[in-house]
Amino acid sequence: MAMMGAKDEQDSSTKIGLEIHCQLTSLQSKLFCSCLCNYRDKEPNKNICPICCGLPGTLPLLNKAALELASMVSLALGCRIPQNIMFYRKNYFYPDLPKNFQLTQYNTYGITSIGVNGRLNYGKKSSRIRRIQLEEDPGRLVYESNGINIGSSYTLIDYNRAGISLVEIVTEPDFSDPKDVRIFLNKFTSIIEHLGVCNTKLEGSVRCDANVSIQGGKRVEIKNVGSFKDVEKALNYEIARQKTMSMHDIKIQAETRHWDDTRKVTKQARTKEEEQDYRYFPEPDIPTILLGREHASSVNVKMPELPDERKDRFIINYGLSEHISQVLIDNKELADFFELTVKIYSSPKEIANWIVTELLRFADDDSLIEAKMDSSVSSQTFLFAGLKIGAKHIAELAKLVDSNIINRNAAKMILTQISKTGEMPSQVLARTNVLKTDDKNIISEAVESVFRTEQFALRDAKNNPNVANFLLGKVMKLTKGRADPKITLHLIKTKLDGLS
Amino acid sequence: MSKLYNLSANQVYAGIRARDFTAEEYIFQILERINKVNGKVNALILIDSKGALEKARLVDRKVREDEKRLGALAGIAIGIKDNICTKGLKTTCASKLLEEYVPPYDATAVRRLKDDDAIIIGKLNLDEFAMGSSTEFSSFGPTRNPWNIDCVAGGSSGGSAASVASSECSASLGSDTGGSIRCPASFCSVVGLKPTYGQVSRFGLIPYANSLEQIGPIGKTVSDVVMIMNTIAGADDNDQTIRVTYNTPGYALPSKRKMRIGLVKELTEGADPEISKRIYSAMDLYTSLDCYCEETSINYVEYALASYYTIAMAEASSNLARYDNIRYGFNFSPDGYEWNAYFAKARSNFGDEVKRRIIIGTYILSSAYYGKYYLKAQKVRTMLKRELGLLFKKYDILITPTMPVLPFKIGEKIRDPIKMFMIDIDTVVANLAGIPSISVPAGFSNGLPIGLQIMADEFQEQKLFDAALLFENETYIDRGPEL
Repeated sequence: MAMMGAKDEQDSSTKIGLEIHCQLTSLQSKLFCSCLCNYRDKEPNKNICPICCGLPGTLPLLNKAALELASMVSLALGCRIPQNIMFYRKNYFYPDLPKNFQLTQYNTYGITSIGVNGRLNYGKKSSRIRRIQLEEDPGRLVYESNGINIGSSYTLIDYNRAGISLVEIVTEPDFSDPKDVRIFLNKFTSIIEHLGVCNTKLEGSVRCDANVSIQGGKRVEIKNVGSFKDVEKALNYEIARQKTMSMHDIKIQAETRHWDDTRKVTKQARTKEEEQDYRYFPEPDIPTILLGREHASSVNVKMPELPDERKDRFIINYGLSEHISQVLIDNKELADFFELTVKIYSSPKEIANWIVTELLRFADDDSLIEAKMDSSVSSQTFLFAGLKIGAKHIAELAKLVDSNIINRNAAKMILTQISKTGEMPSQVLARTNVLKTDDKNIISEAVESVFRTEQFALRDAKNNPNVANFLLGKVMKLTKGRADPKITLHLIKTKLDGLS
Repeated sequence: MSKLYNLSANQVYAGIRARDFTAEEYIFQILERINKVNGKVNALILIDSKGALEKARLVDRKVREDEKRLGALAGIAIGIKDNICTKGLKTTCASKLLEEYVPPYDATAVRRLKDDDAIIIGKLNLDEFAMGSSTEFSSFGPTRNPWNIDCVAGGSSGGSAASVASSECSASLGSDTGGSIRCPASFCSVVGLKPTYGQVSRFGLIPYANSLEQIGPIGKTVSDVVMIMNTIAGADDNDQTIRVTYNTPGYALPSKRKMRIGLVKELTEGADPEISKRIYSAMDLYTSLDCYCEETSINYVEYALASYYTIAMAEASSNLARYDNIRYGFNFSPDGYEWNAYFAKARSNFGDEVKRRIIIGTYILSSAYYGKYYLKAQKVRTMLKRELGLLFKKYDILITPTMPVLPFKIGEKIRDPIKMFMIDIDTVVANLAGIPSISVPAGFSNGLPIGLQIMADEFQEQKLFDAALLFENETYIDRGPEL
């Protein structure tokens, strides 16, 4: 029974939809009170007030700035913004919910959420966005374990997060391949980073639930997926699970499953029969917000450049390739680094190459691996954190290469050196004397030397065209990368021809 | 100056300012009076003697040293319904669930009273979470009618009306969701105002049904009510449902005018015959004072009660969800309970009436019935509002009885919830439409008070005051209950 291979069998009968939660971390204050938005460094229950604690008699006061940021997200995802916006109460009991209802938006009794009917293109595909809603985050439950007993008799509640602004993005079930979901999420991440509404690197600032169904089966929801990266894994597992069940004629029931990050499986959380009725109704304490006709256009004016526009600009203005541009754009930090470097020294192609092929090697270990495996980098940790290589380094390095003072191999070695010390390339150069050499005498000497030591390889030279390159490598090694590769190769080839 | 506690708020203010007596003397008398009668009436459920005396001394010092800084309500003893938050003073909603709850902030209305040098004398009894029309559903026991202590004081602001009627304070704040200020004002023969929705900040009012209710004053006279409204009404950044932009409305007194008055036929005819007789004679009185009066109808009145209770219970079921005893509440150790079990156990301490409304409200909001009940109730509300809007093009004010019945015996209706709901028929109209409405004393029948209800279009409080004062000037008898 093959759980494997499911990945290769994705077909259009598999339907995947997403529910993405994104905190508006760039706001000053919470959605309905003046408590700070930055709750992360605070002692538990120190970032609270009577309003976000839901004390009796308090009233919500809508943060207008949140409405504006949510509008930007809506426009960036191609949504229509209705003229009248409303908030609804979603009623359910949970200890992390101070009022035992969540203030959110709801479209069943009229379209009043901040965004609706959007579309996002990613790669060569696209997905429809059903709606975007602005809502409040609940608090957090902290499960204590004191190390002796497994689990504890109590659970702590921290309300510091309660009332933080969230936008929830609900897509239509337009995906069939988990790989597409990953690409979509990367694009989404880049968009909200470009909008500046959310710092996706902060833990828990973006979360994604998914729903999956296969032909003939009911819809299964997957919650509790810790990061965007795990969504693809969770979906692959879930699809394989459903297909296996289907193969054995077991009915797939509607249910909610939780992703178990340690065991990398989904586990049943609740069946649809236990599904709650949230008893939505309009929040009486927040009158309908009349945005008016002008709202969307006035927000539109303030919109920053988005990834698609930026990519086009990179291709047109800098002459970069489609692929290189995409890699840069998919991570705003990378794209910003590129533009910063180009400002210092205008050699876009050379610089882009340095960033995409070399610099990423030095990014911190986790993202380094990701970056190598996956051209569309999306890392939720700060890519260049702690790295000593800055824009000025890359600019100078590119300049040294462009002006033929050093060759690429030498430059790579310098880069390694810089990554450790943070010195400028010229300083490293002066210290180690890795000037590129085109001195034919020096190079021929090295070539001669290699020809003497590599007799064995020479025997094969006639039949194997790779021998020349092999010898080139040896010469480069001998000269510590200083030899000009073009001249060297020419010398080697001439010499090889002479042999025959 | 022997009976200072009997003075109206305006008289107290004038007396202290004129140095006829000190605020401290007056507060001492008030506290003595409370001591004497509260055991019978059970209007106050918390008495802040210490705070009241401190504030009285502060007012007296201001009188001596800096009279100009005296606030507009200087020295007046005011009681606060116990569903309105008072910083540092327990605010219980007469519920076990908030038995130990001390708010960390003042309601906007309370803060404004304090800023204007009023003296908060204590907290007043009510039906649990303001759900009731008789103040019998209180964990502190029922408030009794000062005019006949076997009878109910009305509700839910029973304590607010009874305390003023029995001179335990000179004025009070109540809250009115479906008649909760006007009903007890009528039953206790005092003046009670439900302001226009959005006229007085609800910040700090513990909600029963947010879209319907307002905080409002109860006083011995119309001018006392006006005086307090001038302090509590107006813009507040803490309440987004406030619909005024200026700070104090500045109601004037008196402003005599020839008014066009409509008597709502179905509400007047449907009342106890003794009561409807009084309302018709009120119309005769207005006619004799050069007002143009005629009978009129509100067609949607027949659906008002159903609409009101549907909306109120729906909102209540959600509002009261937060009382899970996790963040605040009463003493009840969570040891040994799983969360759901703890929560259920804690919530079983709600009284029967509150449980009834939570259960019905939950049912109303469930997705299968939302359209059938909640949406329909909202439609009725819209239609009623529209109809009233048209009526107010024709009339300056509408008059009806405040209550269709006289104060009834304690326990008489408590086992018949529907009968209890029915007596709100005259008052819910104003809450559904968001319009202002006042109840003024209109005499007695067998020693039990009758109230005249006056309604005006939204933000037309001034018209209400004009009409109420006109009536009061002609009918006022200086009479108090014997206790």
